[in-house]
Amino acid sequence: MVIECKHVWEHISGYLDGTLDAEVLEQVQKHLEHCEICSAILDSTRNILVLTADDRVYELPLGYSERLHARLDKVLTGLELREKPKS
Amino acid sequence: MKEATELRDEQQMIASILDGESHLFHELIRPYERSVYMMALSFLKNEADAEDVAQEAFLKAYRNLASFRGESKFGTWVISITLNEARSRLRRVKTMPIESLDELPEEEGHVSPALLRDWREIPSELLERKEIRQVLQEAICEWPTIYREIFLLRDVEQLSTADAAEVLKITQVSVNARLRRDRLMLQKSLAPQLKKMNSKRRWFPWS
Repeated sequence: MVIECKHVWEHISGYLDGTLDAEVLEQVQKHLEHCEICSAILDSTRNILVLTADDRVYELPLGYSERLHARLDKVLTGLELREKPKS
Repeated sequence: MKEATELRDEQQMIASILDGESHLFHELIRPYERSVYMMALSFLKNEADAEDVAQEAFLKAYRNLASFRGESKFGTWVISITLNEARSRLRRVKTMPIESLDELPEEEGHVSPALLRDWREIPSELLERKEIRQVLQEAICEWPTIYREIFLLRDVEQLSTADAAEVLKITQVSVNARLRRDRLMLQKSLAPQLKKMNSKRRWFPWS
């Protein structure tokens, strides 16, 4: 069975996760072999996901960890016993 | 994901903390500091509030550690706490509109990707650039929460589908359905912008 581009787009996410059924996978792969547009969409999506998973894209604020552990320390050592009142 | 030995270590650490070695809590949470902050940021969109929510979430985890039964992974549990904390913070801050969960039914609204004919590798130096972070963050900030949170959990923090489903209390089928839409939206909004940013290198030969 031949599938159209717009159906392939719906399967790109599953294709990247490796969760497609064997039958669908085969249809998608066949389509990708001859369709430049869908191949480029697949590659661009994959590359964007590589980008988003990179720790450098989302940086933690400077001193975040230090402030967190300092706050925890107060609680762990019993200096801050109760939850701070909500402002 | 954590290896089995790390999980065992985690359970031992939790037992020791409950036995009074509270200082071990510092060590227990280190692997999750980043995920918790990112999760908070995805809701609050402001660094100071996100940091505050992250702190509250870890404190809550500490105070409720005795109720952690080990049925889920500790990391998944902490992220769930963060999610609840962020949601209740949003409800308190009325200035920030929250999208209704019914607003965008999953089967509705097909997203068409940006049509390209070629896409070369993303050059690694691009990751060092501040603009790329802004482009990404701005694109994601515009999404409804239900899509943002699943994207953050799966594609930024790399949780498994099962863990993401557990955190959000939705089925794995829903996780995959939202993710499908997320990734198309991401490709659609980012591919043309990345093309502009990198036009000299001509990633996109049709331009």
